[in-house]
Amino acid sequence: MEAVVSTPTPATGNADLVRVSDLRVRFVTKETTVYAVNGVDFSLAPGEVLGILGESGCGKTVTLRALIRLLPEDRAQVSGRVVVGDNDMLRLPKRELQSVRGGTIAMIFQEPMTALDPVYTVGYQIAETIIRHEGCSWREADVRALDLFEQVQVPSPKRRLNSYPHELSGGLRQRAMIALALSCRPSVLLADEPTTALDATVQIQILLLLRELQKELGMGVIFVTHDMGVAGEISDRLAIMYAGRLVETGPVTQVMRAPLHPYTAGLLSSTVHGSMRGQRLQAIEGAPPNLEKLPDACSFVPRCPHVRDACREGVPEPVQAAPERMARCIRVNPA
Amino acid sequence: MTDGSSPGAAATAARQRIDPFLEVRGLKKYFPVKGGVLNRTIANVQAVDDVSFDVAKGETLGIVGESGCGKSTTARLLMRLIEPDSGTVHFDGRLIGADNGIPIREMRRQVQMVFQDSYSSLNARLPVEETVAFGPIVHGIPRPEARERARRLLYDVGLDASRFMKRYPHELSGGQRQRVNVARALALQPRILILDEAVSALDKSVEAQVLNLLLDLKQEYDLTYVFISHDLNVVQYVSDRVLVMYLGQVVEIGPVDEIYANPRHPYTRALLSSRPSMDPELRITEPPLSGDPPNPINPPSGCRFHTRCAFANEVCARASPVLSTFGDDTRHEIACHMLSPGSGHPDAPAPS
Repeated sequence: MEAVVSTPTPATGNADLVRVSDLRVRFVTKETTVYAVNGVDFSLAPGEVLGILGESGCGKTVTLRALIRLLPEDRAQVSGRVVVGDNDMLRLPKRELQSVRGGTIAMIFQEPMTALDPVYTVGYQIAETIIRHEGCSWREADVRALDLFEQVQVPSPKRRLNSYPHELSGGLRQRAMIALALSCRPSVLLADEPTTALDATVQIQILLLLRELQKELGMGVIFVTHDMGVAGEISDRLAIMYAGRLVETGPVTQVMRAPLHPYTAGLLSSTVHGSMRGQRLQAIEGAPPNLEKLPDACSFVPRCPHVRDACREGVPEPVQAAPERMARCIRVNPA
Repeated sequence: MTDGSSPGAAATAARQRIDPFLEVRGLKKYFPVKGGVLNRTIANVQAVDDVSFDVAKGETLGIVGESGCGKSTTARLLMRLIEPDSGTVHFDGRLIGADNGIPIREMRRQVQMVFQDSYSSLNARLPVEETVAFGPIVHGIPRPEARERARRLLYDVGLDASRFMKRYPHELSGGQRQRVNVARALALQPRILILDEAVSALDKSVEAQVLNLLLDLKQEYDLTYVFISHDLNVVQYVSDRVLVMYLGQVVEIGPVDEIYANPRHPYTRALLSSRPSMDPELRITEPPLSGDPPNPINPPSGCRFHTRCAFANEVCARASPVLSTFGDDTRHEIACHMLSPGSGHPDAPAPS
């Protein structure tokens, strides 16, 4: 166990907002152990949007939940180090955790109905959160709630604050949840597929809103998605996740135009978009690996078109291919 | 857009030119909403309201639209999983369910469906070989022969029968389960496959595999597809013609290249430009539409899109536009007052 050192985070300068090192999560039950996250390292700069892209079961949501300590403590074994601002998240006492959540780091989800309480109006829930964190009066909190609803562009905000979650449409519910998450001015927002369940015309509205709010408030955002198109619309930097590891990271345009890892390339060529008609899709063969028994090798070997013998000799180390680009693949040459 | 003399006649001519394998006319389904102390019908969800279209033999018709637009209800009406309130469906020239037409049981052998949820559409207590053989056995094929057919189909959908045939659905991945569903649908040697969001729940890498498989099978088994999806890119990839629905009605229908290169209904245009750009340098800056789709209970009057349409005019709230062809292209039909001569919309062409 390493000593808990106070992290040197100067108030000024371009220190990282979030720093994750060697994060590991396993779920242990009587029958089996699932290795969900297997050594993830990344950082988030202030005002940056990091997109974490991966397929179902790759560990992207578990990573996000570990950051804000939402995993069930009796079953999830979390190790590594997560620093948000100057809080050592994995070692924070429960009491302090409550004020860090919401005040420093907040989260939005795919399904707002599970994040909002069905028996209170959305306005009440927002005001209550503000009072809990800032100890202001109900009157002040109500004014702030109205401001927030205007900020997330809810039409006729006064009336909608008095609505119960089930009375709102999917897009408005998502806006209400964003308002709730932003109510205590967090510096980091975690977004777990917040647009996946929405219709196409609503999805783009919410993406544009998030992008606008992020710029306006200067927040750092970690945006988890399975959709390359959505990630491309919102991220500054992309991290591609496979079998509980980041296999590639880099600036969004570079990763999407010239992927380094064969998995990223496969994801791009199997994402259907315009002008692919008549061509056969270059699908990735096979399916993602079983996380109960991960091999001591590159986990993409069974599906990779470029396998060499060396791929089976241990997990590939991250290779720095360019100043801002990393890939865990032995075919990539260091800069 | 000068020739708008008789859009109705042009549309009829267009219908006669293509051989309608599936001919849908005036399909309508309202679901009652019960409420109040006496539990009476207080409103109707107008799920499908006067929908007509044709599907030609061997083509793929894509149906797109947002949630609640009635695309899945349309699929279920085609299969007669629910009874339509009114409207007719002809399959290969025979009226479905009529005395002198084709019995529903016989139609269901020839028209099969694949659903979105690959798990709930399989029997969890049957090994997949039994699931695939079940339909043929019910339809009178001897058991050994049905099992042999099931094994061959499992092989055709890319599953090694010797490894997979004894497995139960929970022992398979989502992509494998959806392959079993496709095999099950093909077991009765159908002529039409209705695919209702069949690849939507799959991961992208697996979705591409299943799409490739569907295109191969279409060739091999000489199939006709009705492909329902909310994913515009996937619909563009697989379809020959595309039908766009909004709140229970058809707003535009036409050949896929025409719809994607030259969308003429404002809703189709908004829908298409809502697609992520796939290029971080060319991001979308303005949302093409604001707000959510309205509730299909008591939908807006007139043109149902007028509450979200940037070009809406007084006439749009008053009168429903009729699905018609405009100009030379007789296969491209649009329901919009802006295109209809003399409709009263300021942007409409003058009547000739």
